Amino acid sequence: MHSVFGNHGKKIVVSSIAVSLLLLMSACSSSSTQSTAGLDPEADLTKQSLVISNWAAYNPPDLAASFQKALGAKMTITNHATNEEIMAKLTSGADSGIDVAFVSGQYAQALAAQGLLEPIDAALIPNLRNLYPEASNLSYDVGNKFSVPYTWGTTGICYRKDLTGFDPTSWNDLLNPAANVKGKTTMLATERWLMLPAQKLLGISANSTSASDMEKVKAQLIATKKTLLAYDDTTFYTRLVSGEASMVEAWDGWCNYGITDNKNIKFVIPKEGSDLWVDTMVILKTSKNKEAAHAFINYILDPTVNSWVISNVLYKTPDKAAMDLTAPKLGITYPNMLMTPAELLKGEGLTDLGASGPMYTKTATEVTSSK
Amino acid sequence: MTLSVRRRVSRDSGKRRDLLERIVLQGPGLLFITIFMAIPITLVAIYSIFQRGRFGGVVYKFTIENFSRAFDSVYLGILLDSLKIAGITTVLAIIVGYPTAYAIAKLPIKWRSIALVLVVIPFWTNFLIRTYSWIMLFNREGLLNHALLKFNIIHTPLDLLYTQSAVVVGLLYGYLPLMILPLYASIERLDPQLGEAAANLGATKVRAFFSLTLPLTASGLIAGSIFVFIPSLGNFIVPELLGGGKTVMVGNLIRDQFLKARDWPFGSVLALSVIALVFIFFMIQNVVEKRFSSDNNE
Repeated sequence: MHSVFGNHGKKIVVSSIAVSLLLLMSACSSSSTQSTAGLDPEADLTKQSLVISNWAAYNPPDLAASFQKALGAKMTITNHATNEEIMAKLTSGADSGIDVAFVSGQYAQALAAQGLLEPIDAALIPNLRNLYPEASNLSYDVGNKFSVPYTWGTTGICYRKDLTGFDPTSWNDLLNPAANVKGKTTMLATERWLMLPAQKLLGISANSTSASDMEKVKAQLIATKKTLLAYDDTTFYTRLVSGEASMVEAWDGWCNYGITDNKNIKFVIPKEGSDLWVDTMVILKTSKNKEAAHAFINYILDPTVNSWVISNVLYKTPDKAAMDLTAPKLGITYPNMLMTPAELLKGEGLTDLGASGPMYTKTATEVTSSK
Repeated sequence: MTLSVRRRVSRDSGKRRDLLERIVLQGPGLLFITIFMAIPITLVAIYSIFQRGRFGGVVYKFTIENFSRAFDSVYLGILLDSLKIAGITTVLAIIVGYPTAYAIAKLPIKWRSIALVLVVIPFWTNFLIRTYSWIMLFNREGLLNHALLKFNIIHTPLDLLYTQSAVVVGLLYGYLPLMILPLYASIERLDPQLGEAAANLGATKVRAFFSLTLPLTASGLIAGSIFVFIPSLGNFIVPELLGGGKTVMVGNLIRDQFLKARDWPFGSVLALSVIALVFIFFMIQNVVEKRFSSDNNE
């Protein structure tokens, strides 16, 4: 859910004074606390260099330069297109050369389970205090032992009231649409989100691995297919803008891209509930620049740095300091930016399906190829 | 006779030079194909007999389960659908492409090259962009519907996209030039005197076409059919965009195994089965073409 971004929003100019101040603060606090993992809080960061892997356009374009200016460590940013791609790199056995990777929560969980992650040394990341308290209670990594959350969000219905004539409140409005919206709805095709609306409507967990649950989900989705305009993971919000569709299943941030172009577009989380997705930062055990890696995560949690992703990608972040700085103003145009952590956490966290992965894939194929 | 004698003489005198020539001429191509085709296909074949890694990749434990899964009715259904869609596309391409190629071949020479350039012009633009532009043109709020509504020709917008027919039309649009070009090449080579002879001997135009023109241009027809059928069979952009993701073709299925489902071994099996199918079609082409060319020699 990270490939298309609007060009709205102001660029955040990182003031070097603010950064040096923060640096000073972080230096003080980290030297006062004893590091647990044998990391040296006084390490000379100018002698370290980082390789970061992130989704394209998911961090400030000048991040490497501003980070080096602020902390002295060199940084190279590589991109991955999907979680699967970076996972293949990180689990291949050889040293990937990557120090810090951006992955979704359930993947961070799996990497930690395989012993591939360096435990997060909280003493080296004083900006962790900027996080909402709820952000350390996420199911894939309670207490942020191996990962630090970067952004979070949920999935709901994005719609144009001027076309639907009503405000949808339930997944049923999407799955069994009224006559006037029939043929004017789209659903996400990526399997976890293809299943989600039917799972929630039927009261089934979004992480269910039960075959009988899956049969019920499949029956609903095959019935729904006949009412759909299309399955669409990438351009659903433009279909709302053009009026081709009047109601679509959407990630909250992406609905915002539609709102940018048409103020009639609204976002709602259906009453049956939804998911909670989190993108995180993790440090690899193989990293030889662990102090710089911690300093990088600390830098990202700086509200002036973290504001970039909020203003430009229109995603919410667990960084309270950054949200307080940015969200109130954005919330005038994009009400879902004002969603509280408590509301978000009502969503069910997606966890890895393990051996049940192929069952989801096969069901998705059966649904999308049904006649 | 004289030709074969000459050939033998040159063979005897220049065997070594021949070999050198062959290496120089064929070497780069063969090397390229070996590196970029044979090795990847071998890898795919190897992946197909191992187990899926949890996060993509393969776990090197032997299994034949991937092959038995491929026979599930869902996947067979998708394969049959794909064959049907690619087949219909090819037949339509012949129906539309043959008269076009024929007409171009009969144009005065200077117009011929202009017409051929016009046929090829769509290839100057990326396939994805061309396909996406169809959505702009033909969706419910697209240019065509707006124009028709404005001129009161229709009163409710037409739903032209996101059906299997839209997929066929999109594929036809994308690959029609690949039918026209080889057909043009073979029609252009036809000796016009043959047609005159047939007419003098009393053959009707229809008769002359079926017993003369068609067999003589069969090689172009078969080449064009292969060029249209194979990329249509493996296409996954058109079903996704113009089919609205509601038509699944074998190309989509394979793409999803690698990029979404993290099931490389199963994706490999599906890819291998398409390769096998395509291979069978090439064999058929070979046999048919041989029959036609031996017919011509008689």
